[in-house]
Amino acid sequence: MSTPFYVSPQQVMADRAEYARKGVARGRALVVLQYADGMVFVAENPSRALHKVSEIYDRIAFAATGKYNEYENLRIGGTRYADLRGYTYDREDVTAQGLANLYAQTLGTIFSSQGEKPYEVELLVAEVGESSAEDEIYRLPHDGSIIDEHGSVAVGGNSEQIGSYLKQRHRDDMPLDEALRLAVAALGRDGNGGEVRELTADQLEVAVLDRTRPQQRKFKRVLGRQLARLLGESGAAESETTDGSGEEND
Amino acid sequence: MVGNSHDQGRLPAAFLRPGSSSFFDFLADIAPEQLPGNRVLPPVEGPVQIPHGTTIVAATFTGGVILAGDRRATMGSQIAQRDVEKVFPADEFSAVGIAGTMGFAIEMVKLFQLELEHFEKVEGQVLSLEGKANRLSAMIRGNLGMAMQGLAVVPLFAGYDLERAKGRIFSYDVTGGRSEELGFAAVGSGSVFARGSLKKLHREGLTEQQTVTAVVQSLYDAADDDSATGGPDLTRRIYPIVTVITEEGFRRLTEAEISEIARTVHEGRLQLPNGPQAPVL
Repeated sequence: MSTPFYVSPQQVMADRAEYARKGVARGRALVVLQYADGMVFVAENPSRALHKVSEIYDRIAFAATGKYNEYENLRIGGTRYADLRGYTYDREDVTAQGLANLYAQTLGTIFSSQGEKPYEVELLVAEVGESSAEDEIYRLPHDGSIIDEHGSVAVGGNSEQIGSYLKQRHRDDMPLDEALRLAVAALGRDGNGGEVRELTADQLEVAVLDRTRPQQRKFKRVLGRQLARLLGESGAAESETTDGSGEEND
Repeated sequence: MVGNSHDQGRLPAAFLRPGSSSFFDFLADIAPEQLPGNRVLPPVEGPVQIPHGTTIVAATFTGGVILAGDRRATMGSQIAQRDVEKVFPADEFSAVGIAGTMGFAIEMVKLFQLELEHFEKVEGQVLSLEGKANRLSAMIRGNLGMAMQGLAVVPLFAGYDLERAKGRIFSYDVTGGRSEELGFAAVGSGSVFARGSLKKLHREGLTEQQTVTAVVQSLYDAADDDSATGGPDLTRRIYPIVTVITEEGFRRLTEAEISEIARTVHEGRLQLPNGPQAPVL
């Protein structure tokens, strides 16, 4: 009878971490930048239906990269948590910090339990405050650690390279169009340091948490013509007058 | 409390389980005691003194719909509150007004708003107006047990249907039976008078401003004949709540806007106490 192999706990954790990291690195990167009126989320995502960035609650948004079914599951769980908490207490009592802690515990438990495979996801939970100093951004890697960020953050594949590109050029008081163009330029930088890709409006998913919105819910997707205009793409200017009602004026 | 305590701080399995996009169903699943309809009521004899809200009216016009309500809550023959709010936005393109037991009504509205918002967030798209009306129906049905004990909640639901490009009105009975109303509708104790009034004043092709005036006239008539409905209170500056829903979304008229209309209507009544007169033939 053969003796079972001994694998050290360090090795088990390192293997699990590598497995999850590789899964996340396969996905495209996603960035969030603070700008003058809030935060802008930009992801490379040609799909119109499967979102990487979503609303969780009034001032809170969720963004994720990695395995879609896994982060989608976490997103819905978070929405249920936020809505239930808001219903039980008050809308004010739903905070990004509470939600981030909950996700950290959830991811951490899954990561260290032997029975489950680790989630191949990296999450961002962000809450827009009254001023940019009060904005909160939490980054949650696959292992359930939690990192309090400020300014600009990148997650997913090539996130280190994109993150350092952003850090050098980002300011908190940028206007939206400038912040958006910076994010797009950062996402277009290839991993090998070679050619820089041009990303167009239909390859991007963009959303903002805009503190100046009159509504209670500050999350808004930036779509179609408005997105093209902010990116400064040609052909957007003349059609702008018809863009008015609904989406933009609300 | 489920919203607060989790097994070792992580999201409980029920939160991550694939399932319905309905918050109402989710709540029924994990915390049924929090649903308004599931309360166990102590047996009581005789009438209970609980604040009741009274008259809600709605009327369509070209390009939208108006939902309005008076401000009075009564408890038996007493006025419990003079500035109560019974008309609420349900989401961006719909509103709900509630007559009946105030405590439950407000709770139901809160749950209904959440239901629509939750669906929108989970599914990434908004429910159809028909879908919204049906959800409200299900919630009232859930309250039937209470309604049988005299704690009924009767809403009036109005919204702008983006598909059909027009305003629509839905009324309900206590069992959750819903029916679409054409042109105008009213619920609550003063509704008989308000409906009679709108029958004479409302017609196709009125502008938004004219429809608001007709609706305020009808609330005036309801207050005139129903003791539980409050008229515009000019001395305390308490005016009916009037909301307008169009393609642009939900809008509540400002106090300045509604006070002007309420004063004009009141001035007219000083000359003609019964209000504007429709031709006999």
